[in-house]
Amino acid sequence: MIRFTAVKIGEAAITFVLASIVIFVGVRSLPGDPALAMAGEEATPERVAQIRADLGLDEPMVVQYLTFLRNVFTGDLGESTRTGQAVTEMIATTLPVTLWLSAYALAVAVIAGVALGMLAERFRGRMPEALSNVLALVGLSVPNFWLGLLAILLLAVSLGWFPASGYVDVLSDPVRGLYYLTLPAVILGTSLAAVITRQTRASMIETMNTDYVRTARAKGLSRPRILFRYGLRNSLIVLVTIIGLQLGGLISGAVVTERIFALPGLGKLTLDAVFARDYPVIQAVVLVITLAYIVINLAVDLLYSVINPTIRTGVSTP
Amino acid sequence: MSTPLVTTESTEPVRAPRRGALASLVRTPLGLLGTVLLVLTAEVAVLAPWIAPHGFSETNFAYPFQVPGTIGYPLGTDDLGRDILSRLLYGVRASMQVGLLAVGLAVLVGTPLGLLAGYWRAWDRIISRLTDVALAFPFLILAVGFVAIAGASLTSAAMALGIAQIPTMVRVVRGETIRLKNADFVRAAVAMDASVPRILLTHILPNSVSAIIVQATVIMPTAVIGESMLSFLGLGIQPPSPSLGIMLSDAQQYIYRAPAAAVFPGLAILVICLAFNLFGDALRDALDPSSARGSSSRRRRTGGRRSTAVRQPADTSPDPAARTVSDAGSAHDTDGEPR
Repeated sequence: MIRFTAVKIGEAAITFVLASIVIFVGVRSLPGDPALAMAGEEATPERVAQIRADLGLDEPMVVQYLTFLRNVFTGDLGESTRTGQAVTEMIATTLPVTLWLSAYALAVAVIAGVALGMLAERFRGRMPEALSNVLALVGLSVPNFWLGLLAILLLAVSLGWFPASGYVDVLSDPVRGLYYLTLPAVILGTSLAAVITRQTRASMIETMNTDYVRTARAKGLSRPRILFRYGLRNSLIVLVTIIGLQLGGLISGAVVTERIFALPGLGKLTLDAVFARDYPVIQAVVLVITLAYIVINLAVDLLYSVINPTIRTGVSTP
Repeated sequence: MSTPLVTTESTEPVRAPRRGALASLVRTPLGLLGTVLLVLTAEVAVLAPWIAPHGFSETNFAYPFQVPGTIGYPLGTDDLGRDILSRLLYGVRASMQVGLLAVGLAVLVGTPLGLLAGYWRAWDRIISRLTDVALAFPFLILAVGFVAIAGASLTSAAMALGIAQIPTMVRVVRGETIRLKNADFVRAAVAMDASVPRILLTHILPNSVSAIIVQATVIMPTAVIGESMLSFLGLGIQPPSPSLGIMLSDAQQYIYRAPAAAVFPGLAILVICLAFNLFGDALRDALDPSSARGSSSRRRRTGGRRSTAVRQPADTSPDPAARTVSDAGSAHDTDGEPR
């Protein structure tokens, strides 16, 4: 297990270095010379060279990259060209919003998806299965930002059950905070719930037809016990896999959801930065999201090996 | 069914699709619905310039916010008095354009990489490692990068969406290649000293085509939703060009005044995606007689129970690298990749 963990962490570290190189090169290939832009149009070549030296732009690329990496690890991500604020600070205020939203959405998706999937398995060939299949198919085919608009129209504007927008800090006021996040989280969780429903159903059907479940039944184990001991355990593996695979979708979806419900999260920061061509912020946001992506992926891999030991030991079940 | 059914218990790894597979596409109600919707969508996309009653940016400031059902404007008009139906038809066209570009990119880049990874173990190490990492990378971040460098446009959006889908295509082709590599006819070709390009291009690739097409039907709806998302955010197609995402973004601004305008573009996206998801499901069942998910006709014959022997569930393959691409942002399960 230790060896496996070490290998995975090593791989994640290599991935991060590769990603940081891509981002570093990407930002430097952006149109426009920052030194020229800072110096203004009437600057003398000497002045431009001076600025370039100040910014470290005359150093070799490798040195520049290492400086960049050192700054990243010391938490210095530069300053926003739009607001002049420290980028680290901007991310620190927006990241929690996105994390709360995503975690809430994930919880909604897992609960709804597993419940619907199990329901479909329990009532094979009958109404609940058909209903769950239709819901899953529609959930996959519907763009979630459109669903968000419809939800605002119906649940916020017409019925007034939920606020159409706004954010309350979850830590300082958990009840109101979660209430404000409910509609966005449900919307963000929809497509993930649909995927989880389909896979839970498939995996439950698969498990319930195995010999060991038949044996368990023959031994006289009660249905709920079989469900929890065998069915859910296998579904858990599927669940962790899906979450790993849908991570990117969740992050992309969070950006859109924040936009629809006017949440002050990382997504809003990203979009504002893109439209203002605020390169330090774009670079930082892309870096932070990539890092988060790598870390969560690592966590999924490790979790996966805990639930399913055959991965770790390399012994495959027949 | 006139053709003999291939028994699902067969252990023969490589099977030809049933004859008449394409006809069986339309035999199930859902398959038929998917095919009809797909044909309809394709027609709208191709014929939009001829069937749209107005131009997509033809403004009529005298008639803004007309309700659906207005004479001359069946779905009403938007804030600038533009015909919503016409914009919708052109929007479907744009969605399909981006979708096809993205699919094309994923196929063109993903197929060779998948063939390499499947055929040579050494390549597999590198390529599979990279695809594992990239598999779930958020396409929106890619798009942000593209927009920052090249500016927002239909092409940028299609590039970002296509690149994001390359890993799934690599996985599918790699799985097919590994499966076919051990088939008798490929072994025979190897024994006859056929060159590697020849084996890959004339034996393995043609037999992987159906898997590639099925995967394309998976990528298409993902790309269509992705395009509308990017355009909605202002990172995709730029106004005044029509896009379903832009229409929704416009509609959101006036959602209190003209709520109906927010309904139709979303419905159009839903229909396109349903079409591809249903068609893709039916196509997979039709092309792959051993598909673990029984077609409804087979289910009926076996009394609602699947006759397939218990298979290793696709998602429990004993290696995180083999985590299936199933549902990587879309609707379909792929069968477990034999290793």
